[in-house]
Amino acid sequence: MSKLSRRQLITTGLAATAGASGLVVAARLADRYGLIPPDFGGIYGPGETLTYAAQRLLTRHSLAREFSQRQISRDPFANEVAPLGEEFHRLQQGAFSDWLLTVDGMVTRPASFSLAELKSFPRRSHITMIQCEEGWSYIGEWTGVPLSHVLELVGALPQVRYVVYRSIQPDWWESIDMADALHPQTLLAHGMNGSELPVRFGGPLRLRLPRQLGYKSVKYLTRLTITDNLKQFGKGLGSASPEGGYAWYAGI
Amino acid sequence: MAETLRLRHSFLVRVTHWLTTFSFLALLVSGSEIVVSHPRFYWGETGNVNTPALFTIPIASSRAAVPTGYGYVLPDQNGWSRYLHFQSAWVLIMTGLLYVAVGFSQGHFRQNLLPALSDVSVTRLAISIAQHLRFARPGAEEAWSYNVLQRMAYLLIIFVLFPLIIWTGLAMSPSFVSAIPAAVNVLGGQQSARTLHFFLTGALVIFLLVHVFMVVLAGFRSRVRAMITGRASEPLERV
Repeated sequence: MSKLSRRQLITTGLAATAGASGLVVAARLADRYGLIPPDFGGIYGPGETLTYAAQRLLTRHSLAREFSQRQISRDPFANEVAPLGEEFHRLQQGAFSDWLLTVDGMVTRPASFSLAELKSFPRRSHITMIQCEEGWSYIGEWTGVPLSHVLELVGALPQVRYVVYRSIQPDWWESIDMADALHPQTLLAHGMNGSELPVRFGGPLRLRLPRQLGYKSVKYLTRLTITDNLKQFGKGLGSASPEGGYAWYAGI
Repeated sequence: MAETLRLRHSFLVRVTHWLTTFSFLALLVSGSEIVVSHPRFYWGETGNVNTPALFTIPIASSRAAVPTGYGYVLPDQNGWSRYLHFQSAWVLIMTGLLYVAVGFSQGHFRQNLLPALSDVSVTRLAISIAQHLRFARPGAEEAWSYNVLQRMAYLLIIFVLFPLIIWTGLAMSPSFVSAIPAAVNVLGGQQSARTLHFFLTGALVIFLLVHVFMVVLAGFRSRVRAMITGRASEPLERV
């Protein structure tokens, strides 16, 4: 009887150790291949991690659906934003000619680009859907410079993993991984439906990320920070969204 | 009198039944909260407050931008609701895959759920429907086997409604449909998927209500005990 118990104890112990080390190895591997979102902690962490990991394994290079000209929504809805502040209105009076996008972090050539410079870069347009987490949506044609082009200009270091981006509105910041940052449809958008990007829709400059929900397409972009670690930003959860109770990865 | 108990439900059926129950209830609560932020439904690819709705639910919203006619805005519950919705969806999907895979390998569907050919006739179905409509307490043999309507309802839930609600849910994901555009295109668009998801929820809620009502009619304690412990009384002892 005691022999059996000892054997059981050893077997159970070995199995538990193997299981635990298996989990540790799996977590290391998952982290190495970028399958763990920054908001992986907490009671909803397992679901978020499964979603993000599944999407990164299945849809890393897939393209968001694009639509035809006649599918562009005639009545897009501009979600309300908080008051834009004095600084914004000063820039608006100067027709945004002094608007600057600062790019810093782990790059060899930190730079600030004016709107005119950004508009002189190679541009790309796509007709895609913007979906709000609330359930509504519209289709628009977005024009801008691919984020990957700007990352190339500033010389992002090879070990970078995320791009943190900020709005002129205080406390409004987000981040994306390199799969989304280098994705060909990810634009620093300055045009919409054939004209300048209207202020209500995020003009003069917003990020367009059609494979994620609207709240990741931050309006009034002023700064990009390229990094290999999100821990040093805010509460370390990746962006303002998880700090406000919303998922960091919004591709669902 | 001592009860003789024997196995009614297998371990697999019991565990997956309750995992499905709890994840479905979590999906229902969180899904309802998400609807509150935009209680308007559309057909086609897109829809927002500037476009006409297919129908609206006459409730207040948790967003000021939605013209509900109510003079107040409900508190925003979307953050935890969305986290809980997708986590519960994972539990539901993995439970469903386990149930279907093991169920097929054990012959569960053939033995317990596939109606006998002789039962699938107009007369037999009519008799069964009439019995249900009279709210007749089921006979003792039904403690051990499902009647034909019950079998058809369970098969419909397992192989039609749950797969459809998972599909319509995935069809709303911008990233998922970037990999598999047909998932949303064949439904007629992303807003159509959302509307269908809502109607399928309604169908599942109706099933849940009828199911619980039938359990109460058949004997709540004995049926729920059988689904928890797996044991039910022998038919002869039941009287």
